[in-house]
Amino acid sequence: MIANDSAGTTDSMARALFTYTLRLGDDALILAQRLSEWASRAPEIEEDIALTNIALDLLGQARALLDYAGTLEGAGRDEDDLAYLRSEREFTNVHLVEQENGDFAHTIARQLFFSTYQLALYEELISSRDELLAGVAAKGVKEAAYHNDHATQWTIRLGDGTDESHRRMQAAVDRLWPFTAELFEADDVDRALAAQGIGVDPSTLNARWALSIAEVLSSATLTPPQTTWSSHGGRRGVHTEGFGYLLAEMQYLHRSHPDAKW
Amino acid sequence: MSESGLPQSRQRRDETTLWEVFVRGRRGLSHVHAGSIHAADAQMALRNARDVYTRRGEGVSIWVVPSSQITASTPDEKDPFFDPSADKVYRHPTFYTLPEEVRQM
Repeated sequence: MIANDSAGTTDSMARALFTYTLRLGDDALILAQRLSEWASRAPEIEEDIALTNIALDLLGQARALLDYAGTLEGAGRDEDDLAYLRSEREFTNVHLVEQENGDFAHTIARQLFFSTYQLALYEELISSRDELLAGVAAKGVKEAAYHNDHATQWTIRLGDGTDESHRRMQAAVDRLWPFTAELFEADDVDRALAAQGIGVDPSTLNARWALSIAEVLSSATLTPPQTTWSSHGGRRGVHTEGFGYLLAEMQYLHRSHPDAKW
Repeated sequence: MSESGLPQSRQRRDETTLWEVFVRGRRGLSHVHAGSIHAADAQMALRNARDVYTRRGEGVSIWVVPSSQITASTPDEKDPFFDPSADKVYRHPTFYTLPEEVRQM
Protein backbone atom coordinates (compact mmCIF):
# COMPACT_ATOMS: atom_id res chain seq x y z
CA MET A 1 0.00 0.00 0.00
CA ILE A 2 3.00 2.28 0.41
CA ALA A 3 5.01 3.33 -2.65
CA ASN A 4 8.74 2.71 -2.48
CA ASP A 5 11.66 3.51 -4.73
CA SER A 6 13.28 0.09 -5.21
CA ALA A 7 11.75 -3.35 -5.62
CA GLY A 8 14.06 -4.83 -2.96
CA THR A 9 13.00 -2.31 -0.32
CA THR A 10 9.36 -2.82 -1.23
CA ASP A 11 9.79 -6.56 -0.71
CA SER A 12 11.43 -6.34 2.66
CA MET A 13 9.00 -3.66 3.79
CA ALA A 14 6.08 -5.88 2.78
CA ARG A 15 7.57 -8.74 4.80
CA ALA A 16 8.08 -6.44 7.77
CA LEU A 17 4.51 -5.18 7.51
CA PHE A 18 3.24 -8.77 7.36
CA THR A 19 5.19 -9.65 10.53
CA TYR A 20 4.05 -6.48 12.29
CA THR A 21 0.38 -6.98 11.40
CA LEU A 22 0.55 -10.63 12.42
CA ARG A 23 1.93 -9.69 15.84
CA LEU A 24 -0.89 -7.23 16.51
CA GLY A 25 -3.41 -9.78 15.26
CA ASP A 26 -1.98 -12.61 17.37
CA ASP A 27 -2.04 -10.50 20.56
CA ALA A 28 -5.73 -9.71 20.00
CA LEU A 29 -6.66 -13.26 18.98
CA ILE A 30 -5.01 -15.03 21.89
CA LEU A 31 -6.35 -12.62 24.50
CA ALA A 32 -9.83 -13.00 22.97
CA GLN A 33 -9.49 -16.79 23.30
CA ARG A 34 -8.39 -16.54 26.95
CA LEU A 35 -11.23 -14.15 27.83
CA SER A 36 -13.82 -16.30 26.11
CA GLU A 37 -12.89 -19.09 28.55
CA TRP A 38 -14.81 -17.03 31.12
CA ALA A 39 -18.10 -17.55 29.27
CA SER A 40 -20.53 -19.15 31.76
CA ARG A 41 -17.86 -19.08 34.52
CA ALA A 42 -17.56 -15.41 35.55
CA PRO A 43 -18.29 -14.41 39.19
CA GLU A 44 -21.64 -12.90 38.14
CA ILE A 45 -23.69 -12.81 34.96
CA GLU A 46 -23.04 -9.09 34.41
CA GLU A 47 -19.30 -9.79 34.41
CA ASP A 48 -19.75 -12.84 32.20
CA ILE A 49 -21.24 -10.55 29.55
CA ALA A 50 -18.63 -7.82 30.12
CA LEU A 51 -15.68 -10.19 29.66
CA THR A 52 -17.10 -11.88 26.59
CA ASN A 53 -17.97 -8.45 25.12
CA ILE A 54 -14.31 -7.54 25.48
CA ALA A 55 -13.32 -10.87 23.93
CA LEU A 56 -15.55 -10.13 20.94
CA ASP A 57 -14.04 -6.66 20.49
CA LEU A 58 -10.58 -8.22 20.41
CA LEU A 59 -11.69 -10.99 18.09
CA GLY A 60 -13.01 -8.38 15.66
CA GLN A 61 -9.64 -6.63 15.71
CA ALA A 62 -7.86 -9.96 15.23
CA ARG A 63 -9.98 -10.85 12.22
CA ALA A 64 -9.28 -7.57 10.44
CA LEU A 65 -5.56 -7.81 11.20
CA LEU A 66 -5.12 -11.48 10.27
CA ASP A 67 -7.12 -11.03 7.09
CA TYR A 68 -4.81 -8.15 6.14
CA ALA A 69 -1.72 -10.16 7.12
CA GLY A 70 -2.88 -12.93 4.78
CA THR A 71 -3.22 -10.45 1.93
CA LEU A 72 0.21 -8.94 2.63
CA GLU A 73 1.82 -12.37 2.71
CA GLY A 74 0.33 -13.19 -0.69
CA ALA A 75 0.52 -16.96 -0.11
CA GLY A 76 -3.23 -17.50 -0.23
CA ARG A 77 -3.73 -17.86 3.54
CA ASP A 78 -6.87 -16.26 4.95
CA GLU A 79 -7.73 -15.28 8.54
CA ASP A 80 -8.91 -18.81 9.38
CA ASP A 81 -5.75 -20.44 8.00
CA LEU A 82 -3.65 -18.09 10.09
CA ALA A 83 -5.70 -18.59 13.25
CA TYR A 84 -6.35 -22.31 13.06
CA LEU A 85 -3.60 -23.90 11.01
CA ARG A 86 -0.43 -22.44 12.46
CA SER A 87 1.53 -24.31 15.11
CA GLU A 88 2.76 -22.97 18.43
CA ARG A 89 6.14 -21.74 17.15
CA GLU A 90 4.46 -19.74 14.38
CA PHE A 91 2.42 -17.57 16.76
CA THR A 92 3.98 -14.21 17.54
CA ASN A 93 1.87 -12.94 20.44
CA VAL A 94 3.46 -11.69 23.67
CA HIS A 95 3.51 -13.98 26.70
CA LEU A 96 1.20 -11.71 28.71
CA VAL A 97 -1.90 -12.47 26.62
CA GLU A 98 -1.44 -16.24 26.77
CA GLN A 99 -1.20 -16.39 30.59
CA GLU A 100 -3.95 -18.48 32.19
CA ASN A 101 -7.01 -16.67 33.51
CA GLY A 102 -6.27 -17.65 37.11
CA ASP A 103 -8.73 -16.15 39.57
CA PHE A 104 -10.73 -13.03 38.63
CA ALA A 105 -7.98 -10.74 39.95
CA HIS A 106 -5.43 -12.34 37.61
CA THR A 107 -7.70 -11.77 34.63
CA ILE A 108 -8.20 -8.15 35.67
CA ALA A 109 -4.45 -7.56 36.14
CA ARG A 110 -3.78 -9.02 32.70
CA GLN A 111 -6.52 -6.80 31.27
CA LEU A 112 -5.17 -3.72 32.99
CA PHE A 113 -1.62 -4.28 31.72
CA PHE A 114 -2.64 -5.15 28.18
CA SER A 115 -5.40 -2.59 27.64
CA THR A 116 -3.20 0.24 28.91
CA TYR A 117 -0.56 -0.80 26.36
CA GLN A 118 -3.07 -1.33 23.54
CA LEU A 119 -4.78 2.00 24.16
CA ALA A 120 -1.44 3.85 23.91
CA LEU A 121 -0.53 1.82 20.82
CA TYR A 122 -3.78 2.49 18.97
CA GLU A 123 -3.69 6.19 19.86
CA GLU A 124 -0.40 6.36 17.93
CA LEU A 125 -1.34 3.92 15.18
CA ILE A 126 -4.33 6.06 14.18
CA SER A 127 -1.91 8.25 12.25
CA SER A 128 -0.25 5.33 10.45
CA ARG A 129 0.38 5.86 6.73
CA ASP A 130 -1.09 2.40 6.21
CA GLU A 131 -4.80 2.85 5.68
CA LEU A 132 -5.88 -0.49 7.13
CA LEU A 133 -3.76 -0.26 10.30
CA ALA A 134 -5.01 3.30 10.82
CA GLY A 135 -8.58 2.06 10.38
CA VAL A 136 -8.22 -0.82 12.84
CA ALA A 137 -6.66 1.60 15.33
CA ALA A 138 -9.41 4.19 14.90
CA LYS A 139 -12.09 1.62 15.68
CA GLY A 140 -9.99 -0.19 18.30
CA VAL A 141 -9.06 2.88 20.28
CA LYS A 142 -12.62 3.28 21.58
CA GLU A 143 -12.79 -0.40 22.45
CA ALA A 144 -9.41 -0.32 24.18
CA ALA A 145 -10.48 2.77 26.14
CA TYR A 146 -13.49 0.87 27.46
CA HIS A 147 -11.42 -2.26 28.23
CA ASN A 148 -8.99 -0.04 30.10
CA ASP A 149 -11.77 1.62 32.08
CA HIS A 150 -13.28 -1.76 32.97
CA ALA A 151 -9.94 -3.11 34.21
CA THR A 152 -9.14 0.12 36.06
CA GLN A 153 -12.48 0.19 37.90
CA TRP A 154 -12.06 -3.41 39.02
CA THR A 155 -8.40 -3.03 39.99
CA ILE A 156 -9.31 -0.12 42.27
CA ARG A 157 -12.27 -1.91 43.81
CA LEU A 158 -10.41 -5.16 44.42
CA GLY A 159 -7.18 -3.49 45.54
CA ASP A 160 -8.94 -1.01 47.83
CA GLY A 161 -11.61 -3.51 48.86
CA THR A 162 -11.51 -6.18 51.54
CA ASP A 163 -8.33 -7.75 52.96
CA GLU A 164 -8.95 -10.83 50.84
CA SER A 165 -9.56 -8.93 47.59
CA HIS A 166 -6.50 -6.74 48.24
CA ARG A 167 -4.32 -9.78 48.85
CA ARG A 168 -5.51 -11.47 45.67
CA MET A 169 -5.20 -8.35 43.50
CA GLN A 170 -1.65 -7.74 44.75
CA ALA A 171 -0.76 -11.39 44.09
CA ALA A 172 -2.09 -11.08 40.53
CA VAL A 173 -0.15 -7.88 39.85
CA ASP A 174 3.03 -9.50 41.23
CA ARG A 175 2.53 -12.68 39.19
CA LEU A 176 1.92 -10.93 35.84
CA TRP A 177 4.35 -8.03 36.19
CA PRO A 178 7.33 -9.93 34.65
CA PHE A 179 5.31 -10.37 31.46
CA THR A 180 4.87 -6.65 30.83
CA ALA A 181 8.43 -5.79 29.71
CA GLU A 182 7.98 -7.78 26.51
CA LEU A 183 5.19 -5.42 25.38
CA PHE A 184 7.76 -2.65 24.89
CA GLU A 185 10.53 -4.64 23.24
CA ALA A 186 11.34 -3.26 19.78
CA ASP A 187 13.19 -5.14 17.05
CA ASP A 188 14.21 -4.29 13.46
CA VAL A 189 10.66 -4.82 12.18
CA ASP A 190 9.21 -2.29 14.62
CA ARG A 191 11.97 0.22 14.03
CA ALA A 192 11.82 -0.03 10.22
CA LEU A 193 8.05 0.46 10.14
CA ALA A 194 8.14 3.24 12.72
CA ALA A 195 10.75 5.05 10.61
CA GLN A 196 8.35 4.84 7.65
CA GLY A 197 5.44 6.23 9.67
CA ILE A 198 3.59 2.92 9.24
CA GLY A 199 4.06 1.20 12.59
CA VAL A 200 4.71 2.26 16.18
CA ASP A 201 7.98 1.55 18.00
CA PRO A 202 6.59 -0.08 21.17
CA SER A 203 9.51 1.11 23.30
CA THR A 204 8.17 4.65 22.89
CA LEU A 205 4.96 3.65 24.71
CA ASN A 206 6.67 2.44 27.86
CA ALA A 207 6.82 5.73 29.75
CA ARG A 208 3.14 6.52 29.21
CA TRP A 209 2.19 2.98 30.23
CA ALA A 210 4.27 3.10 33.41
CA LEU A 211 2.74 6.43 34.42
CA SER A 212 -0.83 5.25 33.86
CA ILE A 213 -0.28 1.94 35.68
CA ALA A 214 1.43 3.67 38.61
CA GLU A 215 -1.62 5.93 39.02
CA VAL A 216 -4.08 3.04 39.00
CA LEU A 217 -2.01 0.92 41.40
CA SER A 218 -1.70 3.86 43.76
CA SER A 219 -5.48 4.52 43.75
CA ALA A 220 -5.94 0.81 44.36
CA THR A 221 -3.54 0.88 47.34
CA LEU A 222 -1.38 -1.70 45.54
CA THR A 223 2.41 -1.79 45.51
CA PRO A 224 4.29 -1.85 42.18
CA PRO A 225 6.36 -5.06 42.20
CA GLN A 226 10.14 -4.96 42.31
CA THR A 227 10.75 -7.90 39.99
CA THR A 228 14.16 -8.51 38.50
CA TRP A 229 13.35 -11.08 35.80
CA SER A 230 11.13 -10.69 32.77
CA SER A 231 9.71 -13.08 30.22
CA HIS A 232 10.60 -12.76 26.52
CA GLY A 233 10.36 -14.69 23.28
CA GLY A 234 6.74 -14.52 22.18
CA ARG A 235 7.51 -12.39 19.13
CA ARG A 236 9.97 -15.11 18.00
CA GLY A 237 7.43 -17.90 18.53
CA VAL A 238 8.78 -19.15 21.86
CA HIS A 239 5.87 -19.52 24.26
CA THR A 240 5.03 -20.41 27.85
CA GLU A 241 3.76 -23.78 28.99
CA GLY A 242 0.03 -23.12 28.89
CA PHE A 243 0.01 -21.92 25.29
CA GLY A 244 -0.07 -25.37 23.67
CA TYR A 245 -3.24 -26.23 25.59
CA LEU A 246 -4.86 -22.97 24.51
CA LEU A 247 -4.08 -23.69 20.86
CA ALA A 248 -5.34 -27.27 21.14
CA GLU A 249 -8.70 -26.01 22.37
CA MET A 250 -8.87 -23.11 19.91
CA GLN A 251 -7.89 -25.14 16.85
CA TYR A 252 -9.47 -28.51 17.58
CA LEU A 253 -12.76 -27.97 15.77
CA HIS A 254 -11.25 -26.48 12.65
CA ARG A 255 -8.59 -29.15 12.40
CA SER A 256 -11.04 -32.02 12.98
CA HIS A 257 -13.67 -30.64 10.62
CA PRO A 258 -11.85 -28.51 8.06
CA ASP A 259 -13.95 -25.64 6.74
CA ALA A 260 -16.84 -26.46 9.05
CA LYS A 261 -19.60 -23.85 8.79
CA TRP A 262 -22.36 -22.87 11.20
CA MET B 1 -41.72 -9.45 50.18
CA SER B 2 -38.66 -7.77 51.62
CA GLU B 3 -37.94 -4.18 52.61
CA SER B 4 -36.90 -3.28 49.07
CA GLY B 5 -40.31 -4.32 47.80
CA LEU B 6 -38.82 -7.14 45.77
CA PRO B 7 -39.41 -10.85 46.26
CA GLN B 8 -36.67 -12.59 48.28
CA SER B 9 -35.79 -14.72 45.30
CA ARG B 10 -34.53 -11.65 43.40
CA GLN B 11 -32.15 -10.61 46.15
CA ARG B 12 -28.66 -11.95 46.42
CA ARG B 13 -27.12 -12.75 49.74
CA ASP B 14 -23.76 -11.20 48.81
CA GLU B 15 -22.94 -7.48 48.98
CA THR B 16 -23.99 -6.47 45.49
CA THR B 17 -27.02 -4.22 45.13
CA LEU B 18 -29.80 -4.53 42.58
CA TRP B 19 -30.09 -1.56 40.20
CA GLU B 20 -32.84 -0.62 37.79
CA VAL B 21 -31.60 0.38 34.36
CA PHE B 22 -33.14 3.07 32.14
CA VAL B 23 -31.89 3.50 28.59
CA ARG B 24 -32.54 6.37 26.21
CA GLY B 25 -32.54 5.09 22.68
CA ARG B 26 -32.25 8.36 20.82
CA ARG B 27 -31.97 12.06 21.50
CA GLY B 28 -35.43 13.47 22.06
CA LEU B 29 -36.91 10.29 23.51
CA SER B 30 -37.18 9.62 27.23
CA HIS B 31 -35.32 6.99 29.20
CA VAL B 32 -37.19 3.70 29.24
CA HIS B 33 -36.84 0.94 31.80
CA ALA B 34 -34.70 -1.81 30.28
CA GLY B 35 -34.28 -4.24 33.18
CA SER B 36 -32.12 -4.67 36.24
CA ILE B 37 -28.55 -5.64 37.03
CA HIS B 38 -26.36 -6.31 40.06
CA ALA B 39 -23.36 -4.18 40.92
CA ALA B 40 -21.39 -3.17 43.98
CA ASP B 41 -21.68 0.58 43.38
CA ALA B 42 -23.14 3.16 40.99
CA GLN B 43 -20.15 3.43 38.66
CA MET B 44 -19.95 -0.34 38.23
CA ALA B 45 -23.72 -0.44 37.76
CA LEU B 46 -23.44 2.00 34.84
CA ARG B 47 -20.78 -0.16 33.22
CA ASN B 48 -22.68 -3.39 33.78
CA ALA B 49 -25.79 -1.77 32.32
CA ARG B 50 -23.79 -0.68 29.28
CA ASP B 51 -22.56 -4.24 28.75
CA VAL B 52 -25.88 -5.94 29.32
CA TYR B 53 -28.38 -3.54 27.74
CA THR B 54 -26.62 -1.55 25.01
CA ARG B 55 -24.69 -4.24 23.16
CA ARG B 56 -26.71 -3.84 19.98
CA GLY B 57 -26.57 -0.07 19.69
CA GLU B 58 -29.71 0.51 21.76
CA GLY B 59 -28.62 3.55 23.70
CA VAL B 60 -27.19 7.04 23.80
CA SER B 61 -27.68 7.50 27.55
CA ILE B 62 -28.12 5.28 30.62
CA TRP B 63 -29.53 5.92 34.10
CA VAL B 64 -29.13 3.49 36.96
CA VAL B 65 -31.17 3.72 40.16
CA PRO B 66 -30.87 1.50 43.24
CA SER B 67 -33.96 -0.72 43.14
CA SER B 68 -34.51 -0.04 46.84
CA GLN B 69 -35.04 3.66 46.01
CA ILE B 70 -38.05 2.93 43.84
CA THR B 71 -41.45 3.25 45.46
CA ALA B 72 -43.92 1.12 43.59
CA SER B 73 -47.68 0.93 43.65
CA THR B 74 -48.95 -2.35 45.03
CA PRO B 75 -51.49 -4.72 43.49
CA ASP B 76 -53.88 -3.90 46.41
CA GLU B 77 -54.04 -0.32 45.25
CA LYS B 78 -54.79 -1.28 41.68
CA ASP B 79 -58.50 -0.42 41.70
CA PRO B 80 -58.41 3.01 43.33
CA PHE B 81 -55.27 3.88 41.38
CA PHE B 82 -56.20 2.91 37.88
CA ASP B 83 -59.89 2.12 37.47
CA PRO B 84 -61.21 5.71 37.68
CA SER B 85 -59.50 6.55 34.38
CA ALA B 86 -61.10 3.69 32.53
CA ASP B 87 -64.33 5.52 31.58
CA LYS B 88 -62.79 8.88 30.70
CA VAL B 89 -62.37 8.37 27.04
CA TYR B 90 -62.20 12.12 26.42
CA ARG B 91 -58.73 12.11 27.93
CA HIS B 92 -57.35 10.23 24.95
CA PRO B 93 -56.02 12.35 22.13
CA THR B 94 -58.35 10.76 19.60
CA PHE B 95 -60.70 13.66 18.90
CA TYR B 96 -58.42 15.58 16.62
CA THR B 97 -55.93 14.72 13.89
CA LEU B 98 -52.23 15.20 14.47
CA PRO B 99 -50.21 16.96 11.80
CA GLU B 100 -47.93 14.52 10.01
CA GLU B 101 -44.83 16.38 11.19
CA VAL B 102 -45.52 15.35 14.80
CA ARG B 103 -44.02 11.90 14.90
CA GLN B 104 -43.23 11.23 18.56
CA MET B 105 -46.53 11.34 20.44
